[in-house]
Amino acid sequence: MSLQTDFICTAALTIQSAIISHKPEIETLDQAIGDGDHYINVLRGAEAIVNMTDELAPLAPDEALNKIAMKLLSTIGGAAGPLFASLFMGMAKVAKHNGANTTLDIAAAFAGGVQELIKRGKGKVGEKTMLDVLVPVAHTFIFSAIENKTTKEICIDIQIAADKGLASTRDLVATKGRAAGLGERSIGHLDAGAKSCQVMINEVCNLILKTNN
Amino acid sequence: MKKFVNNVDHMLTESLSGFAKAHADLVSLHLEPNYLTRKNKAKNKVAIVSGGGAGHEPLHAGFIGKGMLDAACPGQVFTSPTPDQMIAAAEAVHADKGVLFIVKNYAGDVMNFEMAAEMLPFENATVLTSDDCAVINSTFTDGRRGVAGTVIVEKCVGSMAETGADLQTCKALGDKINAQTASIGVALTSCTVPAAGKPTFEISETEIEMGVGIHGEPGRKRESMREADAMIKDMVDAILADLEPKKGTEILLLANGLGATPLMELYLIYNTAEKLLTEHGLKVERSLVGNYTTAIDMTGASITVCVLDDEIKQHWDSPAHTAGLRWGV
Repeated sequence: MSLQTDFICTAALTIQSAIISHKPEIETLDQAIGDGDHYINVLRGAEAIVNMTDELAPLAPDEALNKIAMKLLSTIGGAAGPLFASLFMGMAKVAKHNGANTTLDIAAAFAGGVQELIKRGKGKVGEKTMLDVLVPVAHTFIFSAIENKTTKEICIDIQIAADKGLASTRDLVATKGRAAGLGERSIGHLDAGAKSCQVMINEVCNLILKTNN
Repeated sequence: MKKFVNNVDHMLTESLSGFAKAHADLVSLHLEPNYLTRKNKAKNKVAIVSGGGAGHEPLHAGFIGKGMLDAACPGQVFTSPTPDQMIAAAEAVHADKGVLFIVKNYAGDVMNFEMAAEMLPFENATVLTSDDCAVINSTFTDGRRGVAGTVIVEKCVGSMAETGADLQTCKALGDKINAQTASIGVALTSCTVPAAGKPTFEISETEIEMGVGIHGEPGRKRESMREADAMIKDMVDAILADLEPKKGTEILLLANGLGATPLMELYLIYNTAEKLLTEHGLKVERSLVGNYTTAIDMTGASITVCVLDDEIKQHWDSPAHTAGLRWGV
């Protein structure tokens, strides 16, 4: 599997519609233990990327990822802007260095993005944030790629990892991110950021599974 | 929600445009990306740039002008501005001596300013304000929140920059003031974010939120409403416990309104706080009373105490010519 800019553009559309179709769940979670603006922030980011696909199309994948990062940085705002932008900047950096010609390259780029996001947010797994989905997904992606699994197998592995990561946030006490002020009161709710990441990852995997069949 | 709104999406731009027209002698407004600068670019000094979500007016744009800020970047209501705004503002006011960002400690602001700082092609530094002693970690922060003490930092660091001091000297003064300043707020009612259209939190007629944040974040405790002096005493005690000032220490006392508390009550708060601090053996040498760091339309107030020394006094007293603070000009 190699990463093409065409695919990035298609994935942006997929992500936009995935976010819209999960609006009620994401909003409800964010209103329960966040400040209620997560859905609209993520949607604004996804729309901005969809609207710039013409601009992205002629670029190399790493350039496209970097352009997306800058766009997210100027359109999302709040804490989510720098976090999502860092994810894409990190992916761009690794993709530029290694290329994005094999599954392992793509997995490494994704891991690089997650690493950049961790650096920016100074967070870690277990704090009830999007990292509880992104980190296990990055691990799974790399390991499945190393084991030379098929694209289909890798997608399914990733979907399972994202589901599990999301489910793990239910029993966590928020110590980072917007739910942190609630402490124990955050237990019993899924994290909205983890939810939106799971939704996006799940739908991009479905897109790949569909195209591969 | 009863507010002066045409369209919530245009509210910020309409307000900024009004501000720029009303203070056309002091500021210029740039839209997309949004930032404001001094009307006349200062030369040969460190450029002081601040910013944060809208809703805290006059912070920060109200403090643009000689003796204080060179530029400010307003975000949407209670939402951090973005790095493109900060970079454009910094580039507009940079005068070859570097840029100092003054940032209130909120996760969004910190990350956005951090990214701008990394991308700026010239020397820069950041003063992070964290004067709120109510809570340590909160809804939007790692560590203490930056609140009304930021005004004192902007005033004094702005003054220091006017003397031609270098970037590190300006930063050091800001860090010092932040370390010896403590604030705490109390809410009698919630604020209403225009885009949300309803109050941020529920609070009954007989309750207060002690230690509230400037976005309506929870504070220390939901308590019963009491007479003013009892609430003010708790606030002063929290500040004293945090600063632990020695007897005879000179201080600046700021009674700050959160948006919908009349000056009459702010002066009442000042009166009691001044009395309590004096009884504690402190010398209230400087004062400020008014709406300087607000939370849209919250009824409530905050008290800030800054421990003074000769350097801080000198920079507090120096001339400032801004929309929000003006003396000595």
